[in-house]
Amino acid sequence: MKKIIIVSMLLLAPLASKADLNVFTCEPEWSALAEVIGGNNIKTSSATNALQDPHYIQARPSLISKVGRADLIVCSGAQLEIGWLPMLLRKGNNPDVLPGSPGFLEASMYVKRLDTAASSDRSQGDVHPQGNPHIQTNPHNILLVAKAMAERMAQLDSDNTKTYQQNLLNFSHDWSNAIVAWEKRAADLRGKRVIAHHKSWVYLENWLGLEEVATLEPVPGVPPTATHLADLLNRFGNGGAELIIRAPFQSAKASKWLSERTDIPAVLLPLTVGGTDQATDLYKWFDNILNRLLNVEGT
Amino acid sequence: MRNLSLGIIWACLMCTASAALAQSESELDALRAELAQMRVEYESRIAQLEERLDEAERNSEEQQVSAAQPANQAAPPPDNWQPEPSSNQMASQGNNAFNPALGVIFQGRAWSNKNDPGDYWIPGFPLGGEAGLASDGLSLGEIEINISANVDDKFTAWLTAPIVIEDGEVGIEVEDAWVETLAMPAGLSLRMGRFASNIGYLNQKHSHNWDFSDQPLVYKTFLGGRYIDDGLQLRWLAPTDLYIELGAEVLRGDRYPAGGAGQSGFGSYSFHARTGGDIGFSNSWQAGLSYLQIDAIERASGDEDEPLLFTGQSDLVMAEFVWKWSPNGNNRQRNFIFQAEYMWRNEDGSYDVPDRGVLPYDTDQQGLYLQAVYQPFPRWRFGARYDLLSSDNPGLVYTGTPLMPAKDNPRRYTVMADWSNSEFSRLRLQYALDQAGHEDDKQWGLQYIFSIGAHGAHSF
Repeated sequence: MKKIIIVSMLLLAPLASKADLNVFTCEPEWSALAEVIGGNNIKTSSATNALQDPHYIQARPSLISKVGRADLIVCSGAQLEIGWLPMLLRKGNNPDVLPGSPGFLEASMYVKRLDTAASSDRSQGDVHPQGNPHIQTNPHNILLVAKAMAERMAQLDSDNTKTYQQNLLNFSHDWSNAIVAWEKRAADLRGKRVIAHHKSWVYLENWLGLEEVATLEPVPGVPPTATHLADLLNRFGNGGAELIIRAPFQSAKASKWLSERTDIPAVLLPLTVGGTDQATDLYKWFDNILNRLLNVEGT
Repeated sequence: MRNLSLGIIWACLMCTASAALAQSESELDALRAELAQMRVEYESRIAQLEERLDEAERNSEEQQVSAAQPANQAAPPPDNWQPEPSSNQMASQGNNAFNPALGVIFQGRAWSNKNDPGDYWIPGFPLGGEAGLASDGLSLGEIEINISANVDDKFTAWLTAPIVIEDGEVGIEVEDAWVETLAMPAGLSLRMGRFASNIGYLNQKHSHNWDFSDQPLVYKTFLGGRYIDDGLQLRWLAPTDLYIELGAEVLRGDRYPAGGAGQSGFGSYSFHARTGGDIGFSNSWQAGLSYLQIDAIERASGDEDEPLLFTGQSDLVMAEFVWKWSPNGNNRQRNFIFQAEYMWRNEDGSYDVPDRGVLPYDTDQQGLYLQAVYQPFPRWRFGARYDLLSSDNPGLVYTGTPLMPAKDNPRRYTVMADWSNSEFSRLRLQYALDQAGHEDDKQWGLQYIFSIGAHGAHSF
């Protein structure tokens, strides 16, 4: 009898002590980061995958129920998700994850945002008055968000504070070393002129010293038009740019069209973890960005 | 003996050596941790410094600009001032930098109906509310003004007040004026005020968000376009992985298809249940059931000068299904939407018919629509819709009224194509073959929808 009680207690113990934090992220890079910081104490799910444009997904029923059950929401913010996140938050009926509460982490508020001075006139396209929201392409930003994330996890789950702090320290050690190595590798990219499909890469450009000379979209949020592409062909037909870059969810047509006529190579870059077959985790994601920018064989 | 003592000394040496090794190892770890800690702090410190630099630059620019007017200079922040993450992190997820968020949606059209749109009626079906057709020629649709903001940490509020022009007269209507709780526990939320009832899939969607220029026939005939009324709505989101939402509403019962604010101003109530999910990354679906009961008192329909007045109970059951597909869920490039709704209604009571007096009425009606919209590439979408209605005959006493004889299977076929330069603009061409009205009609034209200012997120 005693044995049975002990065995059943042993079996039940993990269930009773299991209070995993449910972390819901808007973008895959924050899920990947949350897994590093949270370790075994959290469960993550991401609203978007690397092949989806995070501006434009639908406020799907499955996402509403995930928001309803989340303990912590991590999103890039700066209005990137304005087309769907407010609806998820309203329908999710979960006061613990509303903006302003500890359960809502807006990553872009912890980094220095670029392009904040942009006019909010929509003739300039769908610009975000709070700055460019695609902050994840500078690895220094990842570290800042990691710190904020560890603090929030500790706040929400104080029993595991030490674990989160330790995970953060380990990560910052490894990540800082990786940054040093990446910066060394990327030294030759400084000053290279790029044409981007959308203004998704300003933080990467800022980090590596790339110069964005044009975008394939006439203004942000408006798909490339024939007249605009013809104009780009005029401007860059005889050089003036070294690379055309785009994210996996952006149509290849425009960059291919321009690349074929200008001989400027078109490169697909993973905008987040999972964006290419090689970008399987946070480290390999940046490895792969650099490999592709440096035109390393086999990527 | 000697060997033994040597052995002991050797063993002791080994002990100290490994202890020393362990000690230096742990010191190294501590140093590493410290270094890592410093790196984290140094990164955020740099970000803060950069922010302060920006701030200082902005301030100095402002000071230069306002140098001529020295009064009212803001006190400089103290030396140890640091940007607090909590102070600026609140800002963003509201839908606009302004508070409250303000948005305006412009609609207008150039339209052509083969028959006189003022003389449109579907034999067998009372038409009320906004069931009529668009007028011929150029016209401004409603100018939808949306104002919304959080009231405080516990409530949020929304106002939709379209400016409408009818027969040359400009008026302001109130479509939405509600306050909703943010902080109720257990997955509950309560909405109060005027709102579009949560029944059906399309009832809550504002006209700028429809995939066609007009509502399906079931919405026109059974709900007068959309059922909007004053009341209370309670919603509950089940704490399950599968999306399940249940809701109940009590409404005043004063607006079509209700009327007269029966039961001392608690004339309607409704229930809804909705579920949905994903199939892989590319497919998602939603299905729901709703029920609406109305106690109507002298609800007016038909001709405005000589209306039919219904008094009695109306029971409406609605079933909805929506399926959305896009490759990998990236709907910006390509997507497909299939949508279908079925409605069944019984109205039991009496009609006050002009020149005939009060006649008993107990009739079943039903209808459905099926529609599909496909976006093959960015900007362009193409859609088709099929509408079907059916009604029992209310009885021989109604012969010669718009309710008798009911038309056999009134139906309508609609196609549309629309073009969106950005998510804030849309131009649409639509054509409908309407075999539902008392005589066949062809309705077609161009419509535009433009949005400025804050634009709220759309539901699924």
